Amino acid sequence: MSTATPTRLRRSDRDRTMVTPEGIALPLTLASRGTRLGALILDLTFIVILMLVTTLTLISIAGGTAVLSDPAKNGPAVMHALEFLAVLWIAAMFLFRNAYFLFFELGPRGATPGKRITGIRIAARDANGTGGRLTAEMVIARNLLRDIELFLPLVFIASASDGGDSGAAGLAALAWFLIFAFFPFFNKDRLRAGDLIAGTWVVEAPKRKLEAAMSAPGKAGAAAAVPVSQYRFGEAELSVYGEYELQTLERVLRENRTEAIRQVYEAICKKIGWTPGETDQRAFLDAFYTQLRARLEAGMRMGKRKADKFG
Amino acid sequence: MATQSPQSAIEAAALRSDRFRLEREGDWKRLESIVTKIEQGRLRRLSDEDVLALPVLYRTVASSLSIARETSLDAATLAYLESLTQRAWFQVYGPRVSLFAWLRRFLGGGWSAAVRAMTLDVLVALTVMVAGVAVGWLLVASDSEWYFSLVPGQFADARVPGASREILHDTIFGNDGKDPMSAFAAYLFSNNAQVSILAFALGFAFGIPSLMLLVQNTATMGAMLWLYNGQGLLLDFAGWLAVHGTTELFAILLAGAAGLHIGRSMAFPGERPVMQAMAEAGRRASQVMTGVVLMLVVAAILESFARQLIDNTPGRFAVGGFMLVFWLAYFFAFRGRSDGAATP
Repeated sequence: MSTATPTRLRRSDRDRTMVTPEGIALPLTLASRGTRLGALILDLTFIVILMLVTTLTLISIAGGTAVLSDPAKNGPAVMHALEFLAVLWIAAMFLFRNAYFLFFELGPRGATPGKRITGIRIAARDANGTGGRLTAEMVIARNLLRDIELFLPLVFIASASDGGDSGAAGLAALAWFLIFAFFPFFNKDRLRAGDLIAGTWVVEAPKRKLEAAMSAPGKAGAAAAVPVSQYRFGEAELSVYGEYELQTLERVLRENRTEAIRQVYEAICKKIGWTPGETDQRAFLDAFYTQLRARLEAGMRMGKRKADKFG
Repeated sequence: MATQSPQSAIEAAALRSDRFRLEREGDWKRLESIVTKIEQGRLRRLSDEDVLALPVLYRTVASSLSIARETSLDAATLAYLESLTQRAWFQVYGPRVSLFAWLRRFLGGGWSAAVRAMTLDVLVALTVMVAGVAVGWLLVASDSEWYFSLVPGQFADARVPGASREILHDTIFGNDGKDPMSAFAAYLFSNNAQVSILAFALGFAFGIPSLMLLVQNTATMGAMLWLYNGQGLLLDFAGWLAVHGTTELFAILLAGAAGLHIGRSMAFPGERPVMQAMAEAGRRASQVMTGVVLMLVVAAILESFARQLIDNTPGRFAVGGFMLVFWLAYFFAFRGRSDGAATP
């Protein structure tokens, strides 16, 4: 496995590594439980809205049919029409309940509308915790389990609270529901029961834009007008920092907030022993960034890496 | 910047890693636009060249990423490449079939192969169902009070112990004058489908609840068989059931077997890790379950149409028997183009 360590600033226990067939390690971040809950609530809301709209439409059509036609003349025909509407309604309810998740998760984004909005998608989970090919069977399996995880106990709780006499049954349904609801808390990959059976997991689906190249002229602020050679930093001054600081500096430069730039400028000046007082702090930082990166990248090519200022 | 005069921009870049990036970012952006189009479902708007270029570009970007990791400290570019490679990977190695293409492969062999792969579970479930019928029969035979606890109220309208032969006879014959009940069929289907999804999903608890559900459902049937047998109507009742029952009971059998298959793989994963065994069983069982839903559609149509139209026992047996032979032939004789679809 030729896995270079994925570079990123933030690390959490949700980070996983997926190895593509080409042997490239890709960082993967599992979706947080809160995000998934949010996505689920959104999807359920959409489903309820769909159900309501369909029901109201069919009812109004049925009402129209009943009013418009003369029952004495064409009674059976009206009955057939109404029955057809009833069939349509039952089929629609079944599909909304069972096919909504299937349809969207089989699509190219592997995500329901709720998941898209929250920026997550489903992915296949290999036996050893790396990525695999997502198949239709997986999507079906994980969504069939949704029935016992979610719909069944909810229906049960609802019907138990109606009856009043079935306190024990309601309690059992509640316990059932809680077991599955808290399932993702009891395994490190945050799998729900359906994920476990299907061999899937839910990951963040980041979409990044390609940012401008920092050292190329004409971008990243107005810095390039100033020739880079205006500031020259010595070996000793550049050797203070490592990759972590470089990337922090990169972020500050990209965000380009005056206050942050001033603070970083002063911190660097203090660290390398320069006297603050430059007027063009941005140009100073640009030059420092470029030279520090050139130095660290030259080291990389030689196989020497410096993780941070302590390294 | 790179669009105006790419060559000069590349030369002007101060860092070697930025020059590397500027030289390649055209390919990256092309891949990004292709992937974005695919993600938005606009596959038709992709030109043939783009479709052909996708795997090549994916490999180009993936190799750019490996090089950049070794040579560049531009965190934003690395993050972009990681995210782009991942997005492209999902498309290149994604479920490259539409729902309908999958359905065709499924009907053309994937389904029957999955059923054959769990033959053992089917046999166990069948045994349990037969046992359930026997238990229902024997319990009611020993004490007819059992009938009321075994048979849910909706079936026990006129069909109670002590009912006369005529009443029982009327419940299974003489409905041919009525209209076919399509709404009833839809209701039956929706209800039965939910029950079999339940039977499958309960396999999660080592398959035991699946089996209990099978016993509970077939015990009802055993009790009713006993009731009709008491008035010499056993054969007619069996015919009444057989019209749709061979399909419906077969579907419920498969659903239970699918649940059991998962439960069994959890309890006895064999050489594989438990998680992997479960996932493999789950994928196979989910194919069977899709088939079960289709079978229940057929069963509901048979139940509310064919049963009303055919009002004699031999005719009913003919339809039911034909369906049974059809399903058995489809699952166990038809090999189709399964090409390993059932065992991913």
